[in-house]
Amino acid sequence: MNTTTLRPYLAILAAAGLLAFTPLLVDSFWLTLAIGTLNYMILATAWGQFSGPTRYVSLASVVFFGIGAYTVAVLGEVLPWPLVLLVALLTGMGMALLVGLATLRLAGIYFVIFTFGLSEMVRQMVTWYEVNITQSMGRYVFLDISQETIFWQLLGLLTLVLLGAVALHRSRLGFALRVIGGNEPMARHFGLEPTRAKLGLFVASSAVMALAGAIMAPRWTYIDPAIAFNATLSFQVVIMAMLGGMSRLWGPLLGALLMSILFEILGSHFPQAFALLLGLVFIVIVYLLPNGLSGRLSQLLARPAPDLSLKEPHHER
Amino acid sequence: MFMNALLAGLTLGGVYALVAMGLTIQYSVSRTMNLAYGEFLIGAAFAAYMLFGTLGISPYLLAVVIVPVAFGLSWLVYRIMATPLVRRAGTGMALEIDSMLLTFGLLFAIMGILLLVFGSNYTNYSYLAVPIRILDATVPANRLLSFVAALVVGGLGWVLLMRTRTGAALRAVAVDPVGARLVGIDVQWAAGLAFGLGGAVAALCGVMVSTYLTFTAEMGVVFTMKALIVVIMAGVGHVPGALLAGLSLGLVESFVAAYLDPGLTVAVIYAVFLLVLLLRPQGIFGRVVR
Repeated sequence: MNTTTLRPYLAILAAAGLLAFTPLLVDSFWLTLAIGTLNYMILATAWGQFSGPTRYVSLASVVFFGIGAYTVAVLGEVLPWPLVLLVALLTGMGMALLVGLATLRLAGIYFVIFTFGLSEMVRQMVTWYEVNITQSMGRYVFLDISQETIFWQLLGLLTLVLLGAVALHRSRLGFALRVIGGNEPMARHFGLEPTRAKLGLFVASSAVMALAGAIMAPRWTYIDPAIAFNATLSFQVVIMAMLGGMSRLWGPLLGALLMSILFEILGSHFPQAFALLLGLVFIVIVYLLPNGLSGRLSQLLARPAPDLSLKEPHHER
Repeated sequence: MFMNALLAGLTLGGVYALVAMGLTIQYSVSRTMNLAYGEFLIGAAFAAYMLFGTLGISPYLLAVVIVPVAFGLSWLVYRIMATPLVRRAGTGMALEIDSMLLTFGLLFAIMGILLLVFGSNYTNYSYLAVPIRILDATVPANRLLSFVAALVVGGLGWVLLMRTRTGAALRAVAVDPVGARLVGIDVQWAAGLAFGLGGAVAALCGVMVSTYLTFTAEMGVVFTMKALIVVIMAGVGHVPGALLAGLSLGLVESFVAAYLDPGLTVAVIYAVFLLVLLLRPQGIFGRVVR
């Protein structure tokens, strides 16, 4: 494989360029759906970029997303927008650094449980702070940012994330991460430093989630801890990345697209069945799609035509 | 205030201890981290609520029916759903991730069914909320009974594990599944049994807390989380440790709520949990394995 070709970068940029016209062509219903889907695509890709190679299942996505959203709620009317985004990015990175330093040495199952509870803890602490210090539960976000602008910002972020993912995949760090994911003790013997590599990746992935939260915040107008730190989001992100499969860059994108459509249909017709559906998709993934849809598709495409293999008698090579 | 906080902490801690005991038996023997564990508890609470409402039978009598049913259901879950994953993955990381995803699925599926049947409202009923005076504090009889049940079941569990052949087999599988097979223990049978026992304990807790706690279909996760924290703090598979850590957790929670701020209980528990994870990842009572 030629790893210096510019083709993937150009493909991503071309697709983003085409999609940038979406807000001019569709009505507000479709634009809302597209914004939601883009947001999920960013989160699922960022999640997959960390969890795919390291196999650490993080349930803290909503912590970083919520931190981004809260940064906007607190600073949105004080600072100019680019600075708000920068603060959200840095806050997310700082938090990720703390969490990562504390937990990335732990075995996988402890990491899951820690991140599982982290969102609950952050939600309670923000609630406590708001009730006792600022003495108001919710905050209003009145920013003059149109749906179109949100769409373009999300599209820009997704483009950057995808370009970054391709570059990472080709870099020495990307290779090191795949070795670590394959066999960590072996990676140590090669002189790689798994904890540092994992930490860097975790921080980068969390920073992206914080940015996504910040960009999405103006859509809500009202934010309280229960909205910003809703743990269901973390599970949705996991399920989208897993459904799509993380062995291909487009896996999480596909998963996010399918689940967004499914949530949209279900949300408007059977809102009560949401949790049940989420559970059933998890179970289907475990039994039928262990490598996700992208893994399954690649497997189908890579397999030689079955009638050819039947003519040849089985023999050892 | 001190006496009230102490009693509240002990009754709460008794439930945590029991919940954690069930989970630690399930996880240490079957190596399947059951993240849908709390759903079995809430499911039993709803069952008690519904049956008490329609039949008017005491929830404590209903437990005689609900607990064995939960045992059977948990056993079936392991047999039908987890066994194929064990066959596919053998042991190790793949199994751990697969079983986690499976139990996530179960968590949402059971929660979804409860939501469809009972809705998302807060549910409660009251049974035996008679105040009982102990020294200069009062405790409702139903909370006291759940503490007594925790002591009795905790003791029974300890006897089962430490004093019977079945218990020895379970412990052997927990320590070394391969070695256990070599001495003629049916590992899959032991794992199924442990899973069933854990589910039964969760259901018992569910019936007990349903008599005084306000619960919702979405609350299972809270119990799973507390149980996980206790299990990991104590050291996976350490039953007396889980009982002790559960009691301490209840006490910490109750004293933080009484003297500091009820809004900070989760934060404090989490800080303690994090400290234990960083200083003794094998748990307070656990030994380093391999």
